[in-house]
Amino acid sequence: MTLFRNVVFIAAIAGLVAGVVLACMQAYATVPLILKAEVYEQAGGGHDHAAAPATPAENAAGTMAMSSAAPAPAEAMARAEDEGWAPADGFERFGFSVVANIVTGIGFALVLVAVSEFAGGIGNWRQGLFWGLAGFAVFTLAPGLGLPPELPAMPAADLVQRQIWWWATVLATAAGLGLIAFRRSLPLAILAVALIVAPHIVGAPQPDSFETAIPEGLHHQFVVAVTLTNLVFWLVLCMVVGLVRGRFTGAATSLRDSFA
Amino acid sequence: MNTASVSLGASASSQSRLMQLALAAFLGIFVMGFVGFSHIDAVHNAAHDYRHSMGFPCH
Repeated sequence: MTLFRNVVFIAAIAGLVAGVVLACMQAYATVPLILKAEVYEQAGGGHDHAAAPATPAENAAGTMAMSSAAPAPAEAMARAEDEGWAPADGFERFGFSVVANIVTGIGFALVLVAVSEFAGGIGNWRQGLFWGLAGFAVFTLAPGLGLPPELPAMPAADLVQRQIWWWATVLATAAGLGLIAFRRSLPLAILAVALIVAPHIVGAPQPDSFETAIPEGLHHQFVVAVTLTNLVFWLVLCMVVGLVRGRFTGAATSLRDSFA
Repeated sequence: MNTASVSLGASASSQSRLMQLALAAFLGIFVMGFVGFSHIDAVHNAAHDYRHSMGFPCH
């Protein structure tokens, strides 16, 4: 199991580095926007008269929310109880985000290293950049087209259906890019384009109504922040894999002789 | 991509190679799935900001 051990080791190092980098970027770029959105979420929708331009529908929602202002906090309390344990705001919440970043960073890296080994491996940091762009396209760009990163309190379709569409899109895009990069055949290239386009023709599950208390500007800012932080994450992850893997292949013989 | 020269664990037979790489990939998918996609409330709440920041489907 030398190969498995090496893959896990490289993935652990790359995931740790990229996860810490991503957590730092999130602390500045995305988490403040999530916290802003949670203010709207807790306000329960129609309270924000100053920010919401007066359309008839929203006015109606606003007066309805005002008339039912009393039960709203109780409702929120009940929801908080339903949702079970959650980390306390502040340091604890940030700590769990950092752990989630590192753990999934290692998860992404395991998949990345395993898949790239079939294609000869990520030999150096420059090859890593191209793998990083591919990973970004597969895991952020393609699913993000149909299901843009969403803030708390935004309307969304059924969770399971969205998760199925997300995974299907990731698989189809990865297969498509793989065919384009590693098979020199025109019919397969056409099939690849079809694979990449197909999930978007099927279409992501959408909510019944897009009405939300979140200002569009805030959401747009969030989509940009998520996309860019993920781009940097993928570039860092794959470059670190390229750098670390070089050391492993260089020392592979001696490592094997001494340990295995 | 153009230098498929050295590989990790060069001594492994191609079948064992396939098995080990598949194992690593499945381990990775399991980890991502558990942290980013599991429906357990406590897991969701712990990684809530992370899920939103990655554009994972949430709520």
